[in-house]
Amino acid sequence: MFNKFDVLETIDMVEKEHLDIRTITMGISLLPCIGGTAEKTAQNVYDTVCTKAKDIVKVAEQLSGEYGIPIVNKRVSVTPVSLISAPFPGKAGLVGKALDRAAKELGIDFLGGYSALVHKGMAEYEQIFIEGIPAVLAETERLCSSVNIGSSKSGINMDAVKLMGEVVKETARLTAARDGLGCAKLVVFANAVEDNPFMAGAFHGVGESGTVINVGVSGPGVVKHALEGIPGANLNDAAETIKRTAFKITRAGQLIAKEAAKRLHAEFGIVDLSLAPTPVMGDSVAHILEELGVETVGGHGTTAALAMLNDAVKKGGVMASSHVGGLSGAFIPVSEDIGMIEAAQKGKLSIDKLEAMTAVCSVGLDMIAIPGDTPATTISAIIADEAAIGMINNKTTAVRVIPVPGKGVGDSVEFGGLLGRAPVMPVNTADSSRFVLRGGRIPAPIHSNKN
Amino acid sequence: MHAVVTVTGKDKKGIIAKVSTFLAEKGVNVEDISQTILQEYFAMIMLVDIGGIKTELSVLARECEELGKEIGMSIRIQHEAIFDAMHNI
Repeated sequence: MFNKFDVLETIDMVEKEHLDIRTITMGISLLPCIGGTAEKTAQNVYDTVCTKAKDIVKVAEQLSGEYGIPIVNKRVSVTPVSLISAPFPGKAGLVGKALDRAAKELGIDFLGGYSALVHKGMAEYEQIFIEGIPAVLAETERLCSSVNIGSSKSGINMDAVKLMGEVVKETARLTAARDGLGCAKLVVFANAVEDNPFMAGAFHGVGESGTVINVGVSGPGVVKHALEGIPGANLNDAAETIKRTAFKITRAGQLIAKEAAKRLHAEFGIVDLSLAPTPVMGDSVAHILEELGVETVGGHGTTAALAMLNDAVKKGGVMASSHVGGLSGAFIPVSEDIGMIEAAQKGKLSIDKLEAMTAVCSVGLDMIAIPGDTPATTISAIIADEAAIGMINNKTTAVRVIPVPGKGVGDSVEFGGLLGRAPVMPVNTADSSRFVLRGGRIPAPIHSNKN
Repeated sequence: MHAVVTVTGKDKKGIIAKVSTFLAEKGVNVEDISQTILQEYFAMIMLVDIGGIKTELSVLARECEELGKEIGMSIRIQHEAIFDAMHNI
């Protein structure tokens, strides 16, 4: 018989503290789908995704029922579509739309992988593919896109950075009627990972096997609750408590991931042990940092508190899973975290502080609404800064900003659902265009030469 | 195969009788029961054998939830593996 307190603790974690499996993501290789024409390839892609992932929703619901843990999202990630559409990049949109249709047919929440990897160089077919992203995002609902523009090993492709500033702007323009929602489905990465189950940046790397299950766990509320139990503890004890909590959360993820892989006839890939917030009360990473003692997230001390949180989450999670991967750490998306939203509204949280925070947590500048008149070159410069942090620190960084058409500082924007709402935050208005327009490639740092 | 049934809520008469009758009808065999009452808050935990159930566990979980609503308690049945994973190394 189990210890009754352990049993009740698990139940409280789910019912009061929002413990959930954020996503079961099936990674599917689309390489065998490349056909002679774009039309044939799109059909192959649709058929493959619909066949391989046909049971993902059913199995997720079964597992959720059996183990009593909510599974919030069911998702699919695919091989970067720029590779699949290389022979006909001008028609890559057909593949994108086929994927979106497949996502709707399966009843999954998001499908990621309308992506390109151009961290070292950009082939002509990749440039054409990337230029087509805004139109495809405007015409699809569940499709997510990402572009990797830099890595610790290869440096930062500034030509791609320049292009992505324009792509983000154009995506916002084409989805202006929905406050630039298309940009919420577009991530610009440095050091992108091949097994990330989280959106919008998930894609199925070419080093992966045919069909893989990756699971993302979450539970900021559980960590906050555990810390509330030790209000006066020093930071050694706080870190220890976070580790223990992360261990339990990740074990739940590992169990679900292995069982899902078995039932879906796929390989078990990784558990991504991220603290992913949602806009509801009690599910906030910002509130954990505030529980640690920073009055409002964004205040001095925030970066140190986040560094400790991120590290303790990883340490606790690593032992709990046979394979940890993805982004793994704490997410700080502004619009998806009630504590971040409140701090930004109060003017306590700035983009500059968020940039510093991304140096010590698992992702980057995420879900930040910025003024619609921000120049493309300024967005490129924001991307370059983030990529530099990722490149030098050997970590993944990303930029997902929304230049909200027609809105400025003081306005706010509502994306709905898990994407939440956000006040439009000011960006530095100094002109960075001369730097961005230089183009070329920032060389890889000296410490990338490890061989 | 084992599962854990938990019943929580405000204490009232006949909870154990109703829950165990329901479980017996579903082919669930109760192997161990532990219960506590803390300031009128009732918490019962049962270890049960689900080798003989006639439906999928996820369906039974939904039925437990419905019974819970009927009698004004919160009733769950969860595969034991989740507790084992989270609390035992």
